[in-house]
Amino acid sequence: MNLCGVELRGPVLNGSGTFDAIAARRAFGDQLLDRFPFDCFVSKTITLAPRQGNPPPRLYETPAGLINSIGLPNKGLEGFLAGDLPQLAELPVPLCVSVMGFSRDELARLVGAVAERDEVALIELNFSCPNVETGLIMGADPGETARSVERLKPLSDKPLIVKLTPNATDPAAVAVAAQDAGADAVSLINTLKGMALDPRGSGRPWLGAGTGGVSGPAVRAIALQQVASVAQAVRIPVIGMGGIESGRDAADFLRAGASAIAVGTASFRDPAAGTRIAAELRAVSGRERDFLPAAAR
Amino acid sequence: MLAAAERWGGGADERPYLPRAFSHARVNDDGTLDFLLEAVGPGTRRLAELEPGEGIWILGPLGIGFSEADSPLLVGGGIGTAPLLALHDELPEDTPVLLGFRSAAHAEAASLFRGSPVIATDDGSVGHSGLVTELMYDLLEGRSVYSCGPPPMLEAVRAICAERDVPAQLALESGMACGFGACFGCVVPTKNGYIRLCLDGPVLRADELETALTPGAGH
Repeated sequence: MNLCGVELRGPVLNGSGTFDAIAARRAFGDQLLDRFPFDCFVSKTITLAPRQGNPPPRLYETPAGLINSIGLPNKGLEGFLAGDLPQLAELPVPLCVSVMGFSRDELARLVGAVAERDEVALIELNFSCPNVETGLIMGADPGETARSVERLKPLSDKPLIVKLTPNATDPAAVAVAAQDAGADAVSLINTLKGMALDPRGSGRPWLGAGTGGVSGPAVRAIALQQVASVAQAVRIPVIGMGGIESGRDAADFLRAGASAIAVGTASFRDPAAGTRIAAELRAVSGRERDFLPAAAR
Repeated sequence: MLAAAERWGGGADERPYLPRAFSHARVNDDGTLDFLLEAVGPGTRRLAELEPGEGIWILGPLGIGFSEADSPLLVGGGIGTAPLLALHDELPEDTPVLLGFRSAAHAEAASLFRGSPVIATDDGSVGHSGLVTELMYDLLEGRSVYSCGPPPMLEAVRAICAERDVPAQLALESGMACGFGACFGCVVPTKNGYIRLCLDGPVLRADELETALTPGAGH
C-alpha cells in the first residue's frame, strides 16, 4: 500500500512510544529484523533536549488497559540523530520519526533536522504537549495546530503526520485545521488522560507524575468513534489506533475510514502482536472483506 | 513474563491485562522450569489457579541476571528466594544461604534448596527470630553477596554491604508492562539516572544504587 507517497508492505504501524526497536533487537536478536512486526516503524517521540522522563511509578494496570506516565524520556535531537537513527535505518521497513517541541521554534529545529536525513521517510508531529508560549495544548486547539503546521510544512519534503490528541473538544476540527494547513496525514488517538490512586489506600496519586495516559482495549470504542469522525471530516489519510488487539479490531478501524492502523499497548503483551494482527487482517474474508478500503484488501 | 493462555483478562475488573514479570526458580533436567509465586493480585491469583495441562504464555529469558563472583553469600527474602534457588543450583552445595520469611508457613520455600539454608522469620516460628539481614554480619568477610527480596530487605542488604565494603548484586523488582524495553515503565533510579530494569537489570550492582527502595515495586 501507499501512505503519503511512501510504499508500505502492509497497513500495520506501531504507535509511537510503544515499541523500542533498538531495545527489542537487544532482547530478541536479529530475528527481529527477519520477522519485524510492523510495516512502518514509528520512533519514540524525540525532543530537542534530552529528557530523563517522569519519576516512577510510571505504570498502572486498569480494567482492560494501562495508564502510563513515562514522560518522553529520550536522548534529545543530537543524541537521536547520532546514536539511534543509524540503528533504526537497519530496520526492514520505512521509518517515521516522531517529534515534539515545546514551542514552534523548537518544532522547526526538530523538523528541519530530521527532514534532512535520508533514513527518514515520514515525520509525525506529537502535538499532545503545551506550547510554553501560549499555554495551549498544541493539538487540542485548531488555531494552534494550524499555525504550527503552516510553520513546519515548508521545512520538510517528507510527509508530515499530525498525531491528534483525544483530549480535545473536537478532534475532527483539529484534523481539518491540520489538513488545511498542509498536513499530509493525521494519526489518532493518543492516550486519554487518566489517573489512579495508591492501591494501598494512602490517597496519594499512584503515578509519579500524578496523572497519565490511558491506553489498551479500554479506550478502543472511544478511539473508533474519533477515527470515524475524523475520517469523515478530512480527505488526507487517517492512521487509526487505540486498543487494537486483533485483525477484527484493525478491520473495524479501516472500515471506519482509516487508511492504516497502529498497534500500541498490545505489543506490550506480546512483541509479535503486530505480526499476528496483520495475519488476522489478511484472513478477513468474504463479504466482510468488501467493506475494507481498497488499499488494505 | 508469564500469563495464562486462557482466562487472562475478562476476570474481575477485567484484570489481569498485562503479563507479569517472574524470575524462574529452577531449570529442571527434563527441560521444564519451576516458578515460585504468591497470589497477591489478579495476575498471580490467576496463575495460582492454573491446573495441570493448562497452557501458559511465556516470553523469555529477558534481562541480565547474576554474574559470577568469588565466595558467594546468598541472602533472600520471601518470594524473592526464587532467583537465588536457580543461582544456588549452579553453585557448590555448601554455598551459604540466608533466607528470611514472615512465618514458618512461608518458609516452606527454603526446603527447595540443596543443603541447609539458615532461616529467619519475622514471628520466630522457625529459625532466627528477626530479620535475615541480622544474620549477615558474621558471614560478610571476604564474600560477594547475591540478594533478592522485598525492597526494605534489599535496601538493608545494600546499606550493610556498602558499610562493610562488600560487593553485592541485587535482583530488583518493578512493575513491568512488556519486559523487553518497549514501555519504559519499569525504570529505577541509579547513580547514572533511570535505567530500564527489564533490559539493564533486574540484577544491578549495589554500588550503582543510592537506594534499593524502588518506587512502586510490589504492586
